[in-house]
Amino acid sequence: MKTPTHPFQPDSAVLHVRRQIANYLVVGLTTLFAVAAMFFLGYLIVYVARLGIGSLNLNFFTQPPAPEGETGGGVLPAIEGTLVIVGIATAIGVPLGMFTGIYLSEFGRGHIAGVVRFMVDMLTGIPTIIFGLFIWTLIVVPQHHFSGLAGGLALSIIMIPTVARATEEVLRLVPKEMREGSVALGATESRTILRVVVPTAKSGIITGILLAVARVGGETAPLLMTAFGTNFARINIARPMDALPLRIYVSTLSPFAPDRTIAFAGAFVLMMLVLVTSFAVRWATGGFKQR
Amino acid sequence: MQFLFSTVITVANGRGRAWIRRLQLQTRRPGDFLFRGLTYLFVLIVLAAVVGVAWVLFSSSLPTIQTFGFRFLTNEAFDPVHNTFGVRPALFGTIETSLFALIFAVPLGVGTAIFLVDFCPRPLRAPLGFIVDLLAAIPSIVLGLWGAVVMVPWLQLTGQPWLKKYLGFLPIFQGDIHGYSILAAGLLLIVMILPIITAISREVMLVAPKSQREGLLALGATRWEVLRYAVLPFSRAGIAGGAILALGRALGETIAVTLVIGNQASNPSLHLFDTGYTLSSVIANQFGEATPGIFQSAVLEAGLLLLLITLIVNILARLLISRLGRERVGGLVV
Repeated sequence: MKTPTHPFQPDSAVLHVRRQIANYLVVGLTTLFAVAAMFFLGYLIVYVARLGIGSLNLNFFTQPPAPEGETGGGVLPAIEGTLVIVGIATAIGVPLGMFTGIYLSEFGRGHIAGVVRFMVDMLTGIPTIIFGLFIWTLIVVPQHHFSGLAGGLALSIIMIPTVARATEEVLRLVPKEMREGSVALGATESRTILRVVVPTAKSGIITGILLAVARVGGETAPLLMTAFGTNFARINIARPMDALPLRIYVSTLSPFAPDRTIAFAGAFVLMMLVLVTSFAVRWATGGFKQR
Repeated sequence: MQFLFSTVITVANGRGRAWIRRLQLQTRRPGDFLFRGLTYLFVLIVLAAVVGVAWVLFSSSLPTIQTFGFRFLTNEAFDPVHNTFGVRPALFGTIETSLFALIFAVPLGVGTAIFLVDFCPRPLRAPLGFIVDLLAAIPSIVLGLWGAVVMVPWLQLTGQPWLKKYLGFLPIFQGDIHGYSILAAGLLLIVMILPIITAISREVMLVAPKSQREGLLALGATRWEVLRYAVLPFSRAGIAGGAILALGRALGETIAVTLVIGNQASNPSLHLFDTGYTLSSVIANQFGEATPGIFQSAVLEAGLLLLLITLIVNILARLLISRLGRERVGGLVV
């Protein structure tokens, strides 16, 4: 650490005033920045919520999209599609992520663990459209058609790092004594992990899974390249499938005004999904306490 | 010679025996053996996925790499009619919009973080910090919707004419006004990465050693001086790492940018009012039309370039953050 170049000698009057001015300048400036940032982001949420709530009705949740340019209609296929696609992604991504987390916390030693951790870190940093491109090349292009399954696969890769790091983190928090106690009672390694360590850290792992689900639920670009979207309410994972983010994207690009209301209503639902999940997670983990 | 030979044999035997012994131990408890095997298998799948992404992108873009070589970086646009493909405007637009966003988002984000950690009234600290974390999680499609429906028309009617009138002497604020522009994409990216930078800066500043702060306060330092001499030197690397992670996010952002940047460019342009292209918006716009063959391979090479750029940026960020001696930043998975 650098030693202060500024000597805190007894203040001369001038120096004192200068230091106070510098102090208030910085306090004022950062306050201004914070207020501006908070104000704008608050405005954004309120704006989307206001337009979104205004266009929510029963039709929105129970009807397929209306023909282009007509009012009414809803996003039923998109809601079903999002549930199915995120379900597929969870079914594949969560086990992969959890076991990677277990490996990193329980088995991983030395260089190999370092490589695994590095790869997981890189997975977080890769733009999500790259995973869309990957699945598109591997599955969509050879099959000559988009599909909900491909969408789920693309999202599952995006879930892996979040789940893995969350699992690793909470497993490390489990006290060593619990593992030792379990082994002392004659439990094998796998039993110790599955019956003692993982259940102790259960809530933390679930938190990680929820955050991952909320994150991929809002992904658009990878789904565009894999599930693509459709207007028809049919559940067939081997066919193109709609999803909420895709519906918002299409409605935003549409030149017709009624589609705008659909877009904002969809955006509101999506935003609430993320906000409610984060809120629940924070509440459940006691994160509202003062640090 | 004989001696050397026998040594090798002995060592090899020792190794072999250890392996066999370990295998015996493991097979004695088939449950453990299975569990470990399953874990290793899943880790292998994850590793294969990462390597697979890079490999698939590379091998599928080989036709373009062989045809165009480095000309792919300098050619102007995707032109399936004349069979020439290039990403010069997109490459430039990607870097331009991201750097633009970074220049404004870093002071704003770090300033906000400083306020949240040190100057904010104590009861407000935790809730405001939580709000920032929430904002980092808002899906980019929501931002893109707002950008396309609200910001772009506003820029076209009010924002850009104003900039042109009063700052028009700057070359970056000249040119035709469309609304859809590099400027719009840059502004939206600021909103996107601001919460990320704030959240990470906040996390690293919160863990600055308390004793240092208290020591400086005891010496009679002002709050700014405490920050300047006790907190910032400690968290500088972390803040820089966070900024670079945010840069990575901005470089790869697709949907929000695609909705507002106009998706047209024949030349790299420093004029912020011009429409532009980024690598990711090229992919999002072109994959639907991409016919098998060189066109598809060109889309994939754009993806490969994007992957390489973001990988380099991310490795840089991790190096900076790991200088803090921590594997990750606070409770945030970024």
